[in-house]
Amino acid sequence: MRHIISLLMENESGALSRVAGLFSARGYNIESLTVAPTEDATLSRMTIVTSGSEDVIEQIIKQLNKLVDVVKVLDLNDGKFIERELMLVKVKATGAFREEMKRMCDIFRGRIIDVADGTFTIELTGSGHKLDAFIDSLDKAAILETVRTGASGIGRGDRILKV
Amino acid sequence: MAETSHPHQGSNQITGAEIVIRCLEQEKVKFVFGYPGGAVLHIYDAIYKQDHFKHILVRHEQAAVHAADAYSRATGEVGVALVTSGPGATNAITGIATAYMDSIPMVVISGQVPVAAIGLDAFQEVDMVGVTRPCVKHNFLVKDVKDIASTMKKAFHIARTGRPGPVVVDIPKDITANLAEFAYPSTVEMRSYTPVTKGHSGQIKKAVKLLLEAERPMVYTGGGVVLGNAAELLIGLVQALGLPVTNTLMGLGGYPSTDKQFLGMLGMHGTYEANMAMHECDVLLAVGARFDDRVIGNPDHFYSKARTIIHVDIDPSSISKRVKVHVPIVGDVKSVLAEMNDLVLQEKPQQSPALKAWWKQIDAWRGKKCLNYLNNNGLIKPQYVIEKLWEVTKGDAYVTSDVGQHQMWAAQYYKFDKPRRWINSGGLGTMGVGLPYAMGCQFANPDAQVACITGEGSIQMNIQELSTCKQYHLPIKVILLNNRYLGMVRQWQEFFYENRYSESYMESLPDFVKLAESYGHVGMKIEKPEDVEGALTDAFAMKDRFVFMNFITDQKENVYPMIPNGKGLSEMILAEDL
Repeated sequence: MRHIISLLMENESGALSRVAGLFSARGYNIESLTVAPTEDATLSRMTIVTSGSEDVIEQIIKQLNKLVDVVKVLDLNDGKFIERELMLVKVKATGAFREEMKRMCDIFRGRIIDVADGTFTIELTGSGHKLDAFIDSLDKAAILETVRTGASGIGRGDRILKV
Repeated sequence: MAETSHPHQGSNQITGAEIVIRCLEQEKVKFVFGYPGGAVLHIYDAIYKQDHFKHILVRHEQAAVHAADAYSRATGEVGVALVTSGPGATNAITGIATAYMDSIPMVVISGQVPVAAIGLDAFQEVDMVGVTRPCVKHNFLVKDVKDIASTMKKAFHIARTGRPGPVVVDIPKDITANLAEFAYPSTVEMRSYTPVTKGHSGQIKKAVKLLLEAERPMVYTGGGVVLGNAAELLIGLVQALGLPVTNTLMGLGGYPSTDKQFLGMLGMHGTYEANMAMHECDVLLAVGARFDDRVIGNPDHFYSKARTIIHVDIDPSSISKRVKVHVPIVGDVKSVLAEMNDLVLQEKPQQSPALKAWWKQIDAWRGKKCLNYLNNNGLIKPQYVIEKLWEVTKGDAYVTSDVGQHQMWAAQYYKFDKPRRWINSGGLGTMGVGLPYAMGCQFANPDAQVACITGEGSIQMNIQELSTCKQYHLPIKVILLNNRYLGMVRQWQEFFYENRYSESYMESLPDFVKLAESYGHVGMKIEKPEDVEGALTDAFAMKDRFVFMNFITDQKENVYPMIPNGKGLSEMILAEDL
């Protein structure tokens, strides 16, 4: 099953490689991994999308907790949570395509953030499924380039991951 | 970091190298095992000027780390090794990985190229933090002289607390020359590192109740009991409840081997009675052990019998990793066993008829006498040498081993009654540890008898340390069980590869007697069974000499019992089956 794991870790050099190394050394899957400092500059927050049996997920959580730099780990799937991912898509925008792209972008509540002679760059946020759906709905020949951040997640309501 | 113990006023600046020395002094380190080189020259200069600890010059960095590791295993203190950058650092890796797999507390200090040169492929540069990351508990690269003291404090703290393990501190050369005031923190506070100590009381109560009500209880303990200094408490619990007990390879000595409740070691080369009792029990108490592949064999076979498993371990990730556990107790084994003992004492348990019947069954299994061997072909049997070694040393030696058949025979036939006497590489299975392990033990216990049981394959992997042993007058006794084969490889080839002995025969062996003598030691060659006991007696009578004993043993001897790879605990091959 797909799980989203959030963790807080010391914002120190090498911390990211400890997490990435753990996943590769123990053969765990990583679908995506995002990391950035938090409002407290000494901490980084990481979101890892992984998959595995319940036993494997349990081991992943335990192994992450065992890393000396990791402060807190939360399996978002243990409760209600929100997941968002950012995608930038550069598409062909010539002739009839130009209007079509504008309309698709509006339907998916995206934004055109760069306009050039033959291209638009569209910014789209949502769950991974929504981003997939947008890509699927476009004419493949129109897609010039895509870049996705990987999912970020946060618990709903009073589910808070904080030191 | 909290308040400091030695706040220096004004400009009492010293070099980073001197700070390293002061840190080791604060940690009451008695021995540093190491080898100098360019990146650690400042540190070696500071070592020259101090007399707080003794530096032991080995002949290869791997041996430095193994010796520091054994020093820790024998004493319980944090072992310390010091190596230079690049090749010095990479030579240390096998030693670090060996300690990591057996959870040995150690601090390894490595030199690094100057900060400005890092990443430029400088001479003798290797990314030590990157290279060691998968085989350390934690590691640090110190980039500011002001951080040395706090980093060293953290390194020792992390190494010895929780599930222990090796910690690497990588220090660039310029950092050891820069100046700073020395202030050693008295305490460590790390929000990201707060190991559990006390077990959950409710779970502990549940565990004791299960053990009291069990019809076929069994206790299985590992290295955690030895490392956690919990042997006394284990004995108390096991004897109060009248339970059968087995130890893993790493756990030997955690319970006295000569006691009647001890069933011998379990696992791939464990005894028939220990493996059968593990398989047939209804309640299993596992303490400081991890159900690894060499212990329970195939987990599916293990699941074929229902049993309730209680697992005590300080590392939550050890619990339910290979085998599902019913009553997990995360905590320091010493604290948990103490609590269990208190609860058991209140109960004043009586031996139930079911437990009596269980012991009767166990005694029937014991009747197989699975460790019996034929000793009638005029050749020296390796098992016989170990039995005689046990007699001659009165069961009181520090015994190190290398890896292979001799290691298993040592574990099976030398009956360890005390913890920290059996020093071997269980997890990583590192050939070549035996001699440096013996060095670490002898430095820790200068007056003790130290025996290194080895094979002609393993001993040659760190043979250069014969020179170190001479320099420091270490009266180690090497017990070489020389069968001219990589014995365990040969055994597997005999069993599973139709006797195709691919590259497992050792040709061109040195004359070990002359080799020992060339290093200034005593060499002995023993070829007849009737000479074994006398030779051992003579060797151990030479209390101030290193003696290298080359026992020419039966080439065809195999280790029994054996659970073939992928098979289950009750699927042993016994010597009598063949």
